[in-house]
Amino acid sequence: MSLALNHRRWKKPPAIKRAWLRWTLILGAAIYLSLALGTTHVNWARVWEGLPRGAQFITAFFPPNFSGRWSEIVEGISESLWMTVVATVVGIALSIPVGIGAARNISPAPVYYFCRSVLAVSRSFQEIILAIFFVKLFGFGPFAGFVTLTFATIGFYGKLLAEDIEDMDASQAEAVRATGAGWLQWLNFGVQPQVMPRMIGLGLYRLDINFRESAVIGIVGGGGIGATLDTSFNRYEFDSAAAIILVIIAIVMLTEYSSGYLRRWVQ
Amino acid sequence: MSGTAVIVKKVWQRRDRKTQFAVWAAWLFGTAVFVYCFQLISERTIWAFVLDAPAQAGDLGARMVPPAWSYIHYLWRPIWDTLNIATLGTIISIVIAVPIAYCAARNTTPSVAFVRPVALFIIVASRSINSLIWALMLVTIVGPGVFAGIIAIGLRSIGFVAKLLYEAIEEIDESQVEAVRSTGATPAQTTVYGIVPQVMPAFAGISVFRWDINIRESTVLGLVGAGGIGLELNAAITQLYWTQVSLMLLVIIATVILSEWVSAKVRHAII
Repeated sequence: MSLALNHRRWKKPPAIKRAWLRWTLILGAAIYLSLALGTTHVNWARVWEGLPRGAQFITAFFPPNFSGRWSEIVEGISESLWMTVVATVVGIALSIPVGIGAARNISPAPVYYFCRSVLAVSRSFQEIILAIFFVKLFGFGPFAGFVTLTFATIGFYGKLLAEDIEDMDASQAEAVRATGAGWLQWLNFGVQPQVMPRMIGLGLYRLDINFRESAVIGIVGGGGIGATLDTSFNRYEFDSAAAIILVIIAIVMLTEYSSGYLRRWVQ
Repeated sequence: MSGTAVIVKKVWQRRDRKTQFAVWAAWLFGTAVFVYCFQLISERTIWAFVLDAPAQAGDLGARMVPPAWSYIHYLWRPIWDTLNIATLGTIISIVIAVPIAYCAARNTTPSVAFVRPVALFIIVASRSINSLIWALMLVTIVGPGVFAGIIAIGLRSIGFVAKLLYEAIEEIDESQVEAVRSTGATPAQTTVYGIVPQVMPAFAGISVFRWDINIRESTVLGLVGAGGIGLELNAAITQLYWTQVSLMLLVIIATVILSEWVSAKVRHAII
């Protein structure tokens, strides 16, 4: 008997210990995959036909055509940048009261629930869907894009601000209050210094996100570079499209690096 | 010139004069940029339309209720497609992202000088292009439909998954790897027994998190022709069937909330 024991080889323990759960998950995944792949219609003939066009698109990057639509590109990019700046500023300004209201430790229950629901509504819709409706309401152009980005910023920034305030050190705020400070003074000297470094960083991060989003809301008419990009794809002007994409990547990388640098400098 | 000393009563100030001036200058500059940008936007805005917006919103709201509940029978298929776009796209991105993350992490990459920059470039390029732009591109190349959506989601997610995964790989405990290596394990065995168990929870969390984001994104891919419920939404909006639009919005919210719930549950179970 002891001999047989010695010959038992070590086996890696399975990732999921309960055997029935493991087999149910594997079986479920297999069934789902076969169903999903079975019902996904792929028109292989069309894909095959498109491959040379894909190759054309890739060769269009060498070199991209900046000069063909240069004035449109400049106009679209600058429109995107204005929208980004204005929407980030207004969005953060509006999200401060909402964020303070949505922090459980410093605001009364009715205000808390109201502000939390505002944040939930603003976060549950994709920017593009919001943009469609704001374009309907405000007409084509950068104003609709500005409102869209502002609305999305409120949900993002307000939620993070509220969470940051909830995580703050209560004793510092208490100390400021003990000196007889009013509510606004308390907020300004007790709460604000604690959340400020992180919130400046998040503001820069949101600026970044807003630029990325501003590049696509033009597709549905919200102003910015997206409209130009959409047009150049629809006309199969791949060289111009490549130029626009390169400009977008360059600006995104620039904002990402500079905001990362600024964040380190602030903190 | 009298002999009495003037007692200067110094009031506490938050900043000294120099810092105060710097802060004011920064505010002035920021405000100027903001006003200038707003001015440029305002020049391109037809304010009559903006002022008319409340009336328009009321009108639109009235047209959207009640949602056309009976239309839900036509939506099961697009919802299924949307789920498939997100799930299959995530699977594709994971398959591609794992080797890229392995090459991008400083401690596992075969070559810091050659392979790592390439991997980092792929990550940045994939991340800086929105999935809608990827979809726009792919629809013109492989034609409209679910397939373009799956590839778009996959390409967009590679950067996200690879970035978080390589950061997780860089943070592993080297002593465990060392211990496995000292038993005489081959490099492949070291990876499987030393590194993989350490990054597995992070990896599962990242995948489910990205899946959740992808569900949200795949609901709008149809707007540029890449399949899913966005296609129906676009059709209903262009045909002005507002009661169908409101139903679809409700369905989208329900899907997003459900996927958020599932991903929170799964991540909670893993971590």
